[in-house]
Amino acid sequence: MKPFTYERPKDVAAAVKAIRTSPGAKFLAGGTNLLDLMKVEIEAPSHLVDIGRLPLANIETTRDGGLRIGAMTTNTQVASDPRVRSLYPVLAQAIVSGGSAQLRNKATTGGNLMQRTRCAYFYDTAKPCNKRQPGSGCAALGGLNRNSAILGASEACIATSPSDMGVALAALDARIETLTAEGVTRSLAVADLHRLPGDTPELETELKTGELITCVVIPAAPTGGQVYRKVRDRASYAGGLVSVAAVGNRVAWGGVALKPWRAEKTEAALAAGVPIPEAVAAELAAAEARGKNGFKIALVGRLTAAALDETFAGRRA
Amino acid sequence: MSSVKDWALPNPVSENRSGLIGKTVDRYEGRLKVTGTAPYAYEVEPPSAPAYGQAVSATIARGRIVSIDTSAAEASPGVKLVWTSRNVPAQAARGERANPRSQRGSNPTMASDAVEFYGQTLAFVAADTLENARAAAALVAVTYETQPATVDFMASLDQAEMPPGEEDTEIGDFGAGFAASPVKLDETYFSPIANHTQMEPCATTAWWDGDKVTVHTSIQMVKGGQHALAETLAIASDKVHLITRYIGGGFGGKGQSYDDLTLAALAARELNQPVKVAYTRQQMFQATIHRPAVQMRVRLGAEPDGRLNAFSIEAITHCARNVPFTEHAANFSRSLYAAPNRLTGHRLVRMDLPGAGPMRAPGEATGMLSLECAMDELAEKLGIDPVELRIRNEPTVDPETGKPFSVRQLVSCMREGAQRFGWERRNPTPGQVREGRWLVGMGMAAGIRGNFLLPAKAGIRITADGTVTLLQGMTDIGTGTYTILAQITAETLGVPLDQVRVELGDSDMPPAPGSGGQFGAATAGSAAFETGMVMRRTLADLAINDPNSPLFGADPTLVTFANGNIALENQSESLASLVARAQPDGVYVEGSISPAADARDWSQHTYGAQFAEVAVDVVTGEVRLRRMFGVFAAGRILNAKTAKSQITGGMIWGIGTALTETNPVDPRYGSFLNQDMAGYLVPSHADIVNVDSIFLDETDDKANPLGIKGVGELGICGTGAAIANAIYNACGVRLRDYPMTPDKVLEGLIAKGL
Ligand SMILES: Cc1cc2nc3c(=O)[nH]c(=O)nc-3n(C[C@H](O)[C@H](O)[C@H](O)COP(=O)(O)OP(=O)(O)OC[C@H]3O[C@@H](n4cnc5c(N)ncnc54)[C@H](O)[C@@H]3O)c2cc1C
Ligand code: SF4
Repeated sequence: MKPFTYERPKDVAAAVKAIRTSPGAKFLAGGTNLLDLMKVEIEAPSHLVDIGRLPLANIETTRDGGLRIGAMTTNTQVASDPRVRSLYPVLAQAIVSGGSAQLRNKATTGGNLMQRTRCAYFYDTAKPCNKRQPGSGCAALGGLNRNSAILGASEACIATSPSDMGVALAALDARIETLTAEGVTRSLAVADLHRLPGDTPELETELKTGELITCVVIPAAPTGGQVYRKVRDRASYAGGLVSVAAVGNRVAWGGVALKPWRAEKTEAALAAGVPIPEAVAAELAAAEARGKNGFKIALVGRLTAAALDETFAGRRA
Repeated sequence: MSSVKDWALPNPVSENRSGLIGKTVDRYEGRLKVTGTAPYAYEVEPPSAPAYGQAVSATIARGRIVSIDTSAAEASPGVKLVWTSRNVPAQAARGERANPRSQRGSNPTMASDAVEFYGQTLAFVAADTLENARAAAALVAVTYETQPATVDFMASLDQAEMPPGEEDTEIGDFGAGFAASPVKLDETYFSPIANHTQMEPCATTAWWDGDKVTVHTSIQMVKGGQHALAETLAIASDKVHLITRYIGGGFGGKGQSYDDLTLAALAARELNQPVKVAYTRQQMFQATIHRPAVQMRVRLGAEPDGRLNAFSIEAITHCARNVPFTEHAANFSRSLYAAPNRLTGHRLVRMDLPGAGPMRAPGEATGMLSLECAMDELAEKLGIDPVELRIRNEPTVDPETGKPFSVRQLVSCMREGAQRFGWERRNPTPGQVREGRWLVGMGMAAGIRGNFLLPAKAGIRITADGTVTLLQGMTDIGTGTYTILAQITAETLGVPLDQVRVELGDSDMPPAPGSGGQFGAATAGSAAFETGMVMRRTLADLAINDPNSPLFGADPTLVTFANGNIALENQSESLASLVARAQPDGVYVEGSISPAADARDWSQHTYGAQFAEVAVDVVTGEVRLRRMFGVFAAGRILNAKTAKSQITGGMIWGIGTALTETNPVDPRYGSFLNQDMAGYLVPSHADIVNVDSIFLDETDDKANPLGIKGVGELGICGTGAAIANAIYNACGVRLRDYPMTPDKVLEGLIAKGL
């Protein structure tokens, strides 16, 4: 681990300022992703701005009947909130399907959205990785890439986003609010937060340097059932192979791309009355197998059809 | 030398007067461990402030170091030394044994500029803090000249050769027997590379006192570690004091020493300061041994009534180019089922990978994954129940050696297990039981694992306050050795358990071979028992020769020991008062055990039968275990609690083998894909919902004076196959390629139109 300095600012303005005045600084929230990456020197911030105690840990009801979830709420807090559980069961299910209880107690809403890929080659600093070291190549391409992307990937990077929570939030049309380093507040859809890799997989999100996520805003719950289903190699404490969040006839996928993937073609087909299997196939037409991950295409299709069967039946499973 | 006949005579342990043997006894060191106060090797407090070391690992599989730039590391904050092959202190050449009695040869680090596997130590940094050491280690820049490496096992099967000094065993005429069999099975199974994944990494704290080094290290074999370090440093072994009190998991992976031991000792000498060195999690995966992959061809030829005519397992496995090791995946089968025509053997591919080595039940754990699946497949072909098929092939004597079995309760294990598990509710036709999206099925497998006794010594001291201390250069790798040794000592000497202390893991103590091969309890325990018997005779002599003893002048053969007293009829005194009066400095004796001269006249094993129920998600191919039950026969059970922990722990590992554990090699680099526990998946609690086991009543009086056998490895034997068979019964997908991950099951489901 590289030596670094550390501070714990008192308020949001000070936090943003601390990053602005200190090149190479990073926000530290729960630390469950950042500290791991620092230990293997994939992240080497010169300065840590600990936002862990900023007053951003509330969950409030919004005027339109949705929820505003502070960026520093823990995953456990959100998943166990009675309003979340009744209005957005898909979100509670997605969160508890991630990590372990200990991790969820530390992990925050903002940190979960910003966590980096779990591509094994990204974690292995001896291997080429365009995300870690732009221009070095992509070891996953042509490697043991069973868990890589089938949608939106590029020759530069075929990694997937690991967040479960983000998949549910994307299906719920949630937006994040941020404060930029210049002190400007802005808002963008969770589904638009992450960038596809293209030629610049090192650029992961639309956030600018030093921009702080302050909260996630979820609009009022849509009608229809909600379900989150995640396929994984063991029963708990494993990243997903693929996952699906179905909210009424909205569909978002995890484990298929470098971002939570809204299956818009599927949604449009469903809205047009196309039967579920064909509607699912509509989005998957663009899916591409790369080496060992081809099974994901069939898998996410079957999983989605099953999930939609549940939500269409109106059950809030 | 003794004969097994002596072992069958009644003795304090077999008589078990106070009932301590077999009881549920909490772990001797349990409180220390659950309160985090048991000092593991890295946590031992050295006599003065330590420096911290960090090894730098190779990132190619084979080649030569062209240059190593250490200047940035040397200039990094807090750095005390940086070593490469150019400046590391001299060590004896690899394998050298200056002392012919050393159990292990020299194991030097950074001995040359040759790279023989990915993960090999190439440089070493010591600094004032762990963080500084790690940061500096990351600054060491190595350039290589790479050479072609053999790292892809499946692509190298054509290089398989007969392992050194081995030959195939053929009995009868396998070819003819197989050809003539009306029902045949010929299938190939694959068991992948697996890692030990111990919680505690390899770690050492070392310091010197003059010319003598003290090392606290995490190793399963005290003498092996002591000798390896002495040979490496080219010093006498009595100049190495090796201590290994607590071990956070070994499983065979810590049967040998690694560079942490050598480097800590070398650096502590160089810096004249204690040094701590631990492997990182990544180095644990990449730079220690692993269980090699095995490809197994199984051929079974049977009569329509199920009797086997011909039986064969041919296993191909691999090891590091210069470190011979064979995963004997066929050996177990030589004693399992009757068949007149038999062929078994192994082939070995030398590869440029880290060392292959033993892991919990080496041979059985992999081998049974094949045969016990094949038997299930054969049962289906024959239309015979899988339990019944195995019973029909139960041999009366060892089918290869013709020796009698010491005791063999395999059939009882299967019958008892079938009954308790509810095996009769299994529908033999696959894919018939559906619950919502789940297809549910049952499978079973038999288990067998050899039993061993090695030579060992022990010491017992009784002090004037009556405290009995067992001293042994044995290890407890988390299995319960401390606890069972306390029980054996207490029962042998007739003292309450809380009067007994156990001190282990010190090279100054009477040596025992350590933990491995499920020989630990039998070997160390028998030595403790024999030492207890020496102590009884010594105390009896002391009493009958002491005019102040109530036993003065008594016949020593009539003296008894119970409740902390030595007694003759109604005359008695406490051991404390006897020792305090007759030998106030305390009484110390040593004793030993060695294999009986006629021990090999019997075929001796432990047995089990495992039953599993799984559910397969018909949409996703995910397999979830619903319940698993095992029945085992492993001699007398010393401690119901620790034995059950060992057996169910083995079963749980077998569940991981079946469903998740694998570490594929990236053929482009020769490295493992998974280098942390987020990628290498062992079972989590949620995977282990309902796993239970029982032991059958048994005493094996051919095994050792205690009538006990090993339980540490038996639990994993057959487990994975039982699950594979349950998957098949659930959904009709027959997988022969472990682990059975959702992608593989899904492919099968789709192929079946599900
Ligand atoms: C073994 C393991 C298994 C896991 N399994 C899963 C899983 O199955 N599913 C899943 O979804 N997740 C999983 N996780 C990931 C876990 O959910 C994330 O590590 C966690 O959510 C990150 O949150 P944190 O608060 O700890 O973030 P940190 O580690 O503190 O920060 C992560 C990143 O986000 C940035 N950041 C944090 N907060 C903000 C903010 N408010 N604004 C802007 N940037 C910010 C930080 O600068 C940093 O770059 C797993 C993690 C581990 C270690
Ligand atoms: S897939 Fe992306 S993260 Fe993985 S190695 Fe390639 S570039 Fe790096």
